[in-house]
Amino acid sequence: MGAWQSYRLRLQRQRWRIRAFRKRRELKPVALRHEQTRSSDIFVFSTQRNEGVRLPYFLKYYRDMGVNHFFFVDNDSTDGSLDYLARQDDVSVWSTRASYKRARFGVDWLNWLQMKYGHGHWTLVVDPDELFLYPFCDTRPLRALTDWLDASSIKSFSAMLLDMYPKGRIDAEPYQAGQNPIEIASWFDAGNYTISKNPRFGNLWIQGGPRARVFFPENPERAPALNKVPLVKWDRRYAYASSTHQLLPRGLNLVYDEWGGEKASGVLLHTKFLDTFTAKAEEEIERKQHYSGSKEYIAYAAGLRDNPELWCKWSEKYINWRQLEILGLMSKGNWA
Amino acid sequence: MSVGIIMLVHTALGRAEQVARHWTRAGCPVVIHVDRNVPRKIYDAFVAGLSDVPTVLFSRRHSCEWGTWGLVAASQDAAEMMLEWFDDVRHVYLSSGSCLPLRPVEELVEYLAARPRTDFIESATTADVPWTVGGLDHERFTLRFPFSWRKHRYLFDKSVAVQRWLGYRRSVPHDIVPHMGSQWWCLTRQTLSAILQDPARPVYDRYFKQVWIPDESYFQTLARLYATRIESRSLTLSKFDFQGKPHIFYDDHLQLLRRSDCFVARKIWPHAERLYEAFLSDRDGVMNKTEPNPGKIDRIFARAVDRRTRGRAGLYMHSRFPNYGWENGVTATKYSVFQGFSELFQDFEPWLARATGAQVHGHLYGPDRAEFANGQSVINGALSDDALLRDNNPMGFLTNLIWNTRGERQCFQYGPRDTKKINWHMARDPNAQISVISGAWAVELFRSNANFADIRKEAAALQKIESRMLDELRSPDVKARIRIWTMAEFIEAPMEPLQIIIDEIGQKSLRRLAEAPLMQDLAGFGQFLQNLKNQGMHPYLMGDFPVDPLPRTPIGRPRKPYLVKK
Repeated sequence: MGAWQSYRLRLQRQRWRIRAFRKRRELKPVALRHEQTRSSDIFVFSTQRNEGVRLPYFLKYYRDMGVNHFFFVDNDSTDGSLDYLARQDDVSVWSTRASYKRARFGVDWLNWLQMKYGHGHWTLVVDPDELFLYPFCDTRPLRALTDWLDASSIKSFSAMLLDMYPKGRIDAEPYQAGQNPIEIASWFDAGNYTISKNPRFGNLWIQGGPRARVFFPENPERAPALNKVPLVKWDRRYAYASSTHQLLPRGLNLVYDEWGGEKASGVLLHTKFLDTFTAKAEEEIERKQHYSGSKEYIAYAAGLRDNPELWCKWSEKYINWRQLEILGLMSKGNWA
Repeated sequence: MSVGIIMLVHTALGRAEQVARHWTRAGCPVVIHVDRNVPRKIYDAFVAGLSDVPTVLFSRRHSCEWGTWGLVAASQDAAEMMLEWFDDVRHVYLSSGSCLPLRPVEELVEYLAARPRTDFIESATTADVPWTVGGLDHERFTLRFPFSWRKHRYLFDKSVAVQRWLGYRRSVPHDIVPHMGSQWWCLTRQTLSAILQDPARPVYDRYFKQVWIPDESYFQTLARLYATRIESRSLTLSKFDFQGKPHIFYDDHLQLLRRSDCFVARKIWPHAERLYEAFLSDRDGVMNKTEPNPGKIDRIFARAVDRRTRGRAGLYMHSRFPNYGWENGVTATKYSVFQGFSELFQDFEPWLARATGAQVHGHLYGPDRAEFANGQSVINGALSDDALLRDNNPMGFLTNLIWNTRGERQCFQYGPRDTKKINWHMARDPNAQISVISGAWAVELFRSNANFADIRKEAAALQKIESRMLDELRSPDVKARIRIWTMAEFIEAPMEPLQIIIDEIGQKSLRRLAEAPLMQDLAGFGQFLQNLKNQGMHPYLMGDFPVDPLPRTPIGRPRKPYLVKK
């Protein structure tokens, strides 16, 4: 990479940081408890809208993992989830009625909160429908991973988004608050992901899974990206570029080995496809607040009307992280 | 007689206190060195916390940056203190704050008492050790290192480069031979005091102060001067990964550590509650006299390093995406590609499946869809047969298929009508077995019912494509097992090449092929080619066909064998 491109990426990063700084005014603090945090704490950052039914399990899942504090941006929820979050002891929550889209799908808001509160901490940026898995997550807390990453001088940790879906119609079994969503959406595609490299940011571009197979066979290049770098030892100079798919400085995107080896990596179980999804898809088409005019949701709505089954004969049923490791969807790297 | 323990501590002081108490409970005196970078307040609290134990002493503090002299100075001072204050100590064991004794201390005492003259210190000459990281092995002893590796990496590297360029070498004190090894040793009072009280010690100290990572070489080198019996191994189980940093043990290693029968393990994660609980509780029971046996742990960590440096062949994922040529196996396992066979033989695919037991697909890269075996639309790993999805990343499609079906041999058809981009990727893949009957695409045209003008046009196009494909397969950089026959060559004796291919797939018994696939009826094919020629298109890839119908002896009625009677 030449000095010129390097300089341009630097400008780009500064622009995003300034943008995040400007967008801070859109955030209205509702409950601030960040003062009770300690310098070694691990944080979760998340935006949410009307995800009240998912939040109880989400919070429990990450608390059990060893996350110490949650930072939420609530985007104009109408289901009481804001009040629910404000009542939690380990949650700081801001609310906003501003446009999700114009905050670059929430990235600007979270960039600001991370800039302000995340500096020097391990930060995990996940949506309420994403469950993070890392090697040995059943026997070792998240701090074991972050300590090991610190000792290995690794600053960012990648996790592929793995779309989970139920067998049968998506809306067949209703999801109850507090329930593990994997009990319903327990199936996934094991081996149809394709990867290319983004030369500008150095990140990988992964597509595939049930969404490409069912919703985007006509124009596969439009299928959503599944590469994510959710866990980062944050520094206030960093910025997420587009969702958690890309980061700047670009060195943070080098979460993969290029010389034949495997780096340690995890998976984000994506439990979007529950019974709540159909209603969500309709609403998001209405609001047009998602990526490229909610095209993704329009495709979903069309696909769902015809054939609401993502399951196929070769779908794999989720067991544990070791299964995903064997299938090659994540790796222990040299962590043993 | 007892064993004295030196502990070098810099973090997790709470754990260090627990371990120190454990040692003293079993009657082993402990000398603790705390890194000078630990703040005074924390240090004082730590000392006060242990003040109720008379056999725990604290030595003079040095600042211990990794790779520098401080660690050696700390060990020297602590060792002197140990020898001076505790007269009944025969062996001195150097450990760190993140070490954990795995076996009852009495067993260690017993073990060492049975070997009163033996020094346990890993010590090998620089030429013989593979584990130096960063390319500095003998140069550790012959260059100078004025800059910190941790803080001023750039200057460190530059100063090494400059010294190399100048050809600078410092001289090694003449009576020593540099040795290296794990910094966790266990030395006898005799050896240790000889090292510490040597009149030439100032000379050695001055020399080693400028050596890179002296804690891995100071005692290791000098022990060679005085020891009567050196066991060149460390009693501390400590595994290093490919960057030279120690592997860490967690709660889930409990059984593994128990079964290793090692005395002390390093390094333990400070929050590994179960490990500390399990190993620091005093177990009573029969004395165990087994030798340490870390074989299983060795294998697990060796595998981890291998995974990090070489990875799983044929796997492409979000943390393994090798550069072109660095795949260490383009695909996961062997597979076979057949070009022209299903055109020439009527029932080639079922025949091949019978003959090899492999999974036989049609044209995986066909223009309409991926023709998976048995007409499936989705296959292992939920791989879809959609042509657009496939052609969006043809290479990914192939590597996914081969990865998903590991353990079952895959065979598929290929030809000039299919996605062309994949040809080169297969050609450079050592796992691919590619067999081509060139020109066999003409059989399909020959049998078709199209207008001759269209046939001519298509034949020209296909011939052009296949000729380019063959050029790729004949390039000097190919790695696949490639066989190419012209069609004329092949039908002369089809069984022989088929036998070779099947043998190479090597899945079934070594019996000769009993049944041949049924060849298409080629009567009139020579005339068909002649017609193409007459139209001005020159078909050459199929070899020389006579215009007359072929004499079909090989497929026809076989002659009766001669019987020779006496």
